Amino acid sequence: MSWDWQVVDDFMPRFWDGVFVTLQALAIGTLIAFALGLVWALAQRSSQVWVRWPVVAVTEFIRNTPLLVQLFFLFYVVPNFGPSMSPLTTGIIGLGLHYSTYTAEVYRAGIDGVPVGQWEAATALSLSKGRTWRAVILPQAIRRVVPPLGNYVVAMLKDSPMIATIGALDMLGEAQAFSNETFTTEALTVVGVAFIVIAYPASLLIRALERRLVR
Amino acid sequence: MSADTPLQNDHDGNENPPVDGSELIRFDKVTKRFGSNVVLDELDFSVASGKHVTLIGPSGSGKTTILRLLMTLLKADEGTIKVNGDYLTHEEKNGKLVPAGEKHVREVRKNIGMVFQQFNLFPNMKVLRNITEAPVTVLGLSKDEADQRARELLDMVGLGDKADAYPTQLSGGQQQRVAIARALAMRPQVLLLDEVTSALDPELVAGVLDVLRDIAHTTDITMLCVTHEMNFARDISDQVLMFDSGRVLESGTPEKIFGDPEHDRTREFLSAVL
Amino acid sequence: MMSSEFFTTWFLPGIWVTIQVTVYAAALGAAIAFGIGLARTSQLWIVRFLAGVYFEIFRGMSALVLMFWMFFALPFFGWQLVPMWAGVSALGLTYGAYGSEIVRGSLAAVAPAQKEAGIALNFTRWQRLRLIELPQAWPEMVPPFNNLLIELLKGTALVSVITVADMTFAGNLLRLGTNETTPVFTLLLVLYFVLAFLITRGMRLVERRAKAGVGQRPQKTGGITSRLSSRGESLQAGSQSAGGM
Repeated sequence: MSWDWQVVDDFMPRFWDGVFVTLQALAIGTLIAFALGLVWALAQRSSQVWVRWPVVAVTEFIRNTPLLVQLFFLFYVVPNFGPSMSPLTTGIIGLGLHYSTYTAEVYRAGIDGVPVGQWEAATALSLSKGRTWRAVILPQAIRRVVPPLGNYVVAMLKDSPMIATIGALDMLGEAQAFSNETFTTEALTVVGVAFIVIAYPASLLIRALERRLVR
Repeated sequence: MSADTPLQNDHDGNENPPVDGSELIRFDKVTKRFGSNVVLDELDFSVASGKHVTLIGPSGSGKTTILRLLMTLLKADEGTIKVNGDYLTHEEKNGKLVPAGEKHVREVRKNIGMVFQQFNLFPNMKVLRNITEAPVTVLGLSKDEADQRARELLDMVGLGDKADAYPTQLSGGQQQRVAIARALAMRPQVLLLDEVTSALDPELVAGVLDVLRDIAHTTDITMLCVTHEMNFARDISDQVLMFDSGRVLESGTPEKIFGDPEHDRTREFLSAVL
Repeated sequence: MMSSEFFTTWFLPGIWVTIQVTVYAAALGAAIAFGIGLARTSQLWIVRFLAGVYFEIFRGMSALVLMFWMFFALPFFGWQLVPMWAGVSALGLTYGAYGSEIVRGSLAAVAPAQKEAGIALNFTRWQRLRLIELPQAWPEMVPPFNNLLIELLKGTALVSVITVADMTFAGNLLRLGTNETTPVFTLLLVLYFVLAFLITRGMRLVERRAKAGVGQRPQKTGGITSRLSSRGESLQAGSQSAGGM
């Protein structure tokens, strides 16, 4: 089978549409994952057992089950008793929710990594709880969490094509639709290469960040 | 030396020339730098076979570097090292000296054994296998032969009952005695001892030194020893080398160096450590 | 509710297919992880370079896109794969790349003094690797391998997209046939969770044995919450490899 550049050419407009959707899903999914993960992490530190325990159970469950099935669940099951959402919206929420259980662990490890002495010093200075968090703990935890968070953004990018399975027109969705219409396969190869082209510089960036922050 | 001592060089996998007082180790204009720091500066020195030589001197004077160069854990920047007349890390090809291949290095290196400051026993192997593994895989001894040799050596270092323990279950002193047995099981011509008691709790030092004294007095193995135990050095040494700034400041019998050193620098050093 | 007939014709075999895909992909992935991981520590720069290229390509690759490509595009290049093997290959190739980072990192973490002791006993490079470095690195590899294995198990759901009849495929069939989506997908999620739990318990046993093999006492393990702690450790230990998970 030969390679036809004309097919690639024809695919290009839809490819860029797909790139836009993928990056959109990645950006909003990342925001959800970062914010919700912090909520999980703080809830897991709660002194209330009835807060801590359900959160641990739910995050463990989400992290140990496939994102693909979770997307199906959100898309086909949730509308039975809840809101009905577009494929893209469902995909973004699914990505954000799934990865929030990973970022929660990153935050947890980052917070646990701050030496106990720092808490004790804050207590000795009678800092309020909020002030201790904002002025002492979080600034120190942040340099431990940035590199692993970055790695999860790259991981999310690589999982993002799953939203094509519920009908979102991201890079893979566009390629699949185009291939089905034209009985060609070039589009799939283009998308495969595109992932490597996007992911490689991203991981180089994270490694550089890691070298700067972790000393 | 009696016929059944576990240290005798005989027909086993490692055939060594007899001890005749000939030159065993020679350093020829060896220079070693770490960055801009010159640790050894065109160092010349030799050790005759069967001798026990102790290297003393302030820390950073390059004593340990000499042992690590001999063990090929470091590479000299300039100069050559010979063991038994063979270049250690070089080969002669068409009249020129070129870096030697792995095979040549291993052939020359098999004459050398080393005991480390931190013991470096293999935590994944029980005590007996720590001692038998290299004789079996490197020298090609049968498992039974290696076992027997290892048990004799364990008896000699007073740990005959620890063959089935893991290294982590032993005290530091016991681990170091196993490490000595492990090095001796390879029947090296020369044993390098790199501050072997420095990492030990004070009460465990004597046991290790007793074992080494025993070996020094009852065998013909050559020893090259870096230590801060001056009494031990006095006991076992034929020759003491005082190092300073990457050079041999002076050398002589222990009586001379410890009793009547030539240099003030030596005197200062000895009064600081004795 | 789900008919028992459907359950026995699709769901039970589906569970079995999921397990098979997991096992085969894990075997392929382990072979690649050790092969590439060792190659990345080679003394020859060309071997290191090629292994590095493999790592960067497959780590940057989306498993789903690779699977699609192997299933739809590869036949056009004259290479037809059975769906099951397209899925297994795509999973093994990508997760093997992450695994190679675990192997490389654990080998690099073996104390340099152990290598020196190996040189002092005149072992060859290969003997040192086999007798000293790998056995000592192994206990350190088990917890991150456990995490990777669970990621792989989750990844197996992707094979349903290329028509392999695993349990996710069975769930989708039932969705198309009936409107009973809620119990089906709930059961599906619970099944994956149970499998992940079993893998974790199994790997805990492996870890205990591995640690005993280097004379270490394993940590005490609790119930399911023990997994949380092992996650945290490996997050810190290998943020690079964690990125792929």
